[in-house]
Amino acid sequence: MIQYDQLIFEISKPGRKGYRLPIDDFTGFEVSDLFPAELQREGKAELPEVAESQVVRHYTNLSNKNFGVDTGFYPLGSCTMKYNPKINDEIAGLSGFTCIHPLQPEESAQGALGLLYDLELKLAEITGMDAVSLQPAAGAHGELTGIMMVKAYHDARNDTKRTKIIVPDTAHGTNPATAAMVGFEIVEVPSDETGGVDVEALKAVLSDEIAGLMLTNPSTLGLFEKNIEEIAALIHGVGGLLYYDGANLNAVMGKSRPGDMGFDIVHLNLHKTMSTPHGGGGPGAGPVGVKQRVAEFLPKPVIVKEEDGYRFEYDRPLSIGKMKGFYGNFGVLVRAYTYILTMGAEGLKKASEMAVLNANYMQARLKEDYILPFDTICKHEFVLDGLKGMSEIEVTTLDVAKRLLDHGYHPPTIYFPLIVHNALMIEPTETESLETLDAFCDAMIEIAREAKESPELLKNAPMNTIIRRVDEVRAARKPILRWVKEENHG
Amino acid sequence: MFPYIPNTDEDVRVMFDRLGISDVDQLFSDIPESLRFKGLLAIGAPKSEIEIRNMMHELADQNLSGYGTSCFLGAGAYDHMVPAIISSLVQRSEFLTSYTPYQPEISQGTLQVIFEFQTMICELTGLAVSNASLYDGPSAAAEAAMMSAGVNKGNKILLSATLNPEVKEVVKTYMRFRSIEVVEIPEKDGHTDLEAMKEMLDSEAVAVMIQSPNFYGVVENLEGVSEAAHNQKAHFILMQDPISMAILKTPADWKADIAIGEGQPLGNTISFGGPHLGFIAVTKKLMRKLPGRIVGQTVDLDGKRAFTLTLQAREQHIRREKATSNICSNQAINALIATIYMATMGKEGLVEVAEQSAKRAAYLKKQLVATGKVKAVNNRPFFREFVVELPKPAKEVNQALLEKGIIGGYALSGKDENQMILCATEKRTKDEMDHLVRVMEAIL
Repeated sequence: MIQYDQLIFEISKPGRKGYRLPIDDFTGFEVSDLFPAELQREGKAELPEVAESQVVRHYTNLSNKNFGVDTGFYPLGSCTMKYNPKINDEIAGLSGFTCIHPLQPEESAQGALGLLYDLELKLAEITGMDAVSLQPAAGAHGELTGIMMVKAYHDARNDTKRTKIIVPDTAHGTNPATAAMVGFEIVEVPSDETGGVDVEALKAVLSDEIAGLMLTNPSTLGLFEKNIEEIAALIHGVGGLLYYDGANLNAVMGKSRPGDMGFDIVHLNLHKTMSTPHGGGGPGAGPVGVKQRVAEFLPKPVIVKEEDGYRFEYDRPLSIGKMKGFYGNFGVLVRAYTYILTMGAEGLKKASEMAVLNANYMQARLKEDYILPFDTICKHEFVLDGLKGMSEIEVTTLDVAKRLLDHGYHPPTIYFPLIVHNALMIEPTETESLETLDAFCDAMIEIAREAKESPELLKNAPMNTIIRRVDEVRAARKPILRWVKEENHG
Repeated sequence: MFPYIPNTDEDVRVMFDRLGISDVDQLFSDIPESLRFKGLLAIGAPKSEIEIRNMMHELADQNLSGYGTSCFLGAGAYDHMVPAIISSLVQRSEFLTSYTPYQPEISQGTLQVIFEFQTMICELTGLAVSNASLYDGPSAAAEAAMMSAGVNKGNKILLSATLNPEVKEVVKTYMRFRSIEVVEIPEKDGHTDLEAMKEMLDSEAVAVMIQSPNFYGVVENLEGVSEAAHNQKAHFILMQDPISMAILKTPADWKADIAIGEGQPLGNTISFGGPHLGFIAVTKKLMRKLPGRIVGQTVDLDGKRAFTLTLQAREQHIRREKATSNICSNQAINALIATIYMATMGKEGLVEVAEQSAKRAAYLKKQLVATGKVKAVNNRPFFREFVVELPKPAKEVNQALLEKGIIGGYALSGKDENQMILCATEKRTKDEMDHLVRVMEAIL
């Protein structure tokens, strides 16, 4: 089949229309009368002129150039690419949810408020926290909310010398970036030989200047932080707060709760753990849960339940304020709520158990051909350090990843966490069948064989995709960030 | 037992055998005993699809929504037409169920959509560079303020009093933690007081942020703002509604350095306030200071046109604490919706939507004022929204309207509690508006 390679602008033709609006019968209201010339735009924005049928075909063709969870296996570590149930989309699309205005009177939106209130309670129970805000729009936004609360907490106690946040060397990039946005200095602590936080190194950086510690548990290595109780005691001992990055919660639902581990603040990624679609980069939802002593700093408004119904409470003098418009990514929250109701307590627990079982099974199958730097029980994901004997044959982790594309798989997360130099971070999730796990492992093992026998297959990969490897250096050096008529009509 | 978990008992046994275990809890033995959660979470038992549908329909039905309800509320979320093809195309699961396009070879769909989105935002704003989207309008305003605080020297930012209060609130939150003082430029008859602004501008200002059409719907005349800001080495950040850009002077026309806005009106449903999308566009000079994802055009090994994430040296996954922002996931599906919307409405359609909205709002205002019970608060040019003075508190009027199944306008508070901001889009029919006028006449 011939590849579709047009931009929407390239199929545009003057005079074509893709819409029909009502006849404009507001005579006596001319635009030239409504706006003086000095406020009017000269000329029109060069948007495409295409028929509705062309728009549909264009974007359908583009969708065919994408790979989603519905297309195939997507073992992207730390991203929890589980199946996104269709009932969630159906429910979120009900007009009683899509056609309600955030500022309409509260009594006319009780269904929405009640849903949000109950979702908060359920997320608090799952994480072991006392109160939850659904406002943050994504994981990084939840982190920002959380770290602002850390700052507000200390400020409210006039404890202004706390200028540092501790971040382990295995942390997601968003952790240090977030702490920096709030004005904190970042103190990085190394991991020990078992992949956990090096407790001795942690002790060495502790002081009354520490505002808190950001931790992912299980870590980005897929390992449970065994010393978490000691770490929590140490941080609390110097007056700091513990922040839980919820990216990896899919490993421990119903098995262990951040609140019980000693964390004061957590964020969740509902677009990971609670099955809402990633959409090629959002929208997500990053609710934040807190212990009681931090609750007064939550973003406003909070939802309160009273005798005659639910309402938004804005009178929150110690709140950090608003983090985004209105109350959060509501459509995403509806999907997550639907998922939690569907799964129930047994289902979420089973999801974590099967996610962990699947990961351990794959780890066991792959460790003969790939380097497993931490050979122990993993949680929902594990990290390989490239192919065995890879340096001799000059094949890289990137080559392995690209060859997986030819085998029909989305590659794992690569080169992260940074402490594993040739990292391949694999997260199968609970929604994959044993047949899929086996087929993927077979492909990985086949690639290991190819690497030795015909490395050019890896070097030249991918060959079966609609484009081959792209020139990223060129993209960055001479950025072309928008379509321009002249350059493209050669 | 669970439709989303394919493992059978037999599959589990096969995996147990391979691992040499007999119980799944053996895989959780690394969790200290004291931290193992006992029993079941108190979140209820699993439910079937039928039960879920019944429950959720009941919740949805408790909300006043959809057809049969006339909505005259705007104030940051607008009831424009959403073309039918959007809900159809957006369910293409190759778009919906993919991750951020880190692997360009199998993500050309998402990448090209973002490239088209960036192009359209550049066309609308007139500015050189757009990113792939931000969370929403208010957080885009906060990101723009952060950007100016990072680029320019100074310890304060000037925000117009006529900005949407949600925007002010969010910018204040971000600025508090950046130790930047937020100073409000007063308003004069519903317009930013530009003389006051000029007096307030000094070398400590990192930016001036103004919204047009502003919170009251007034189209601001921003002549001289850019020059005044630049004289003090501050940025001019202009928040502008994207639909209005089809017919009103653009951020580039007003020589803004940074354009931001709420992209929801571009084909996104109101959905109780989200998910929507924020957009941000900047001059070429500020390209490398932009937060978030950017897609660029390049070629593949065979020289074929291809798209890829680029300028990633700004981003958190590369730069960690030195990144321009911590943003990672943004609002890709909402940007896809906006792109399909702009493609469908196109060059002429967006102009028509803007004109029809402006005309309908003008008609509504005229009819309301003609009742003699409602007064216009100012006579400035307005787009889609306007403020009127009522003989009693707007909140009370809204209650009375609600009893008639009408969602009224935005009730102002404090000394302006008798004032209401009303909104009309191209969706409001003459009948709906005439009905509102009759009901208002009866209530007041």
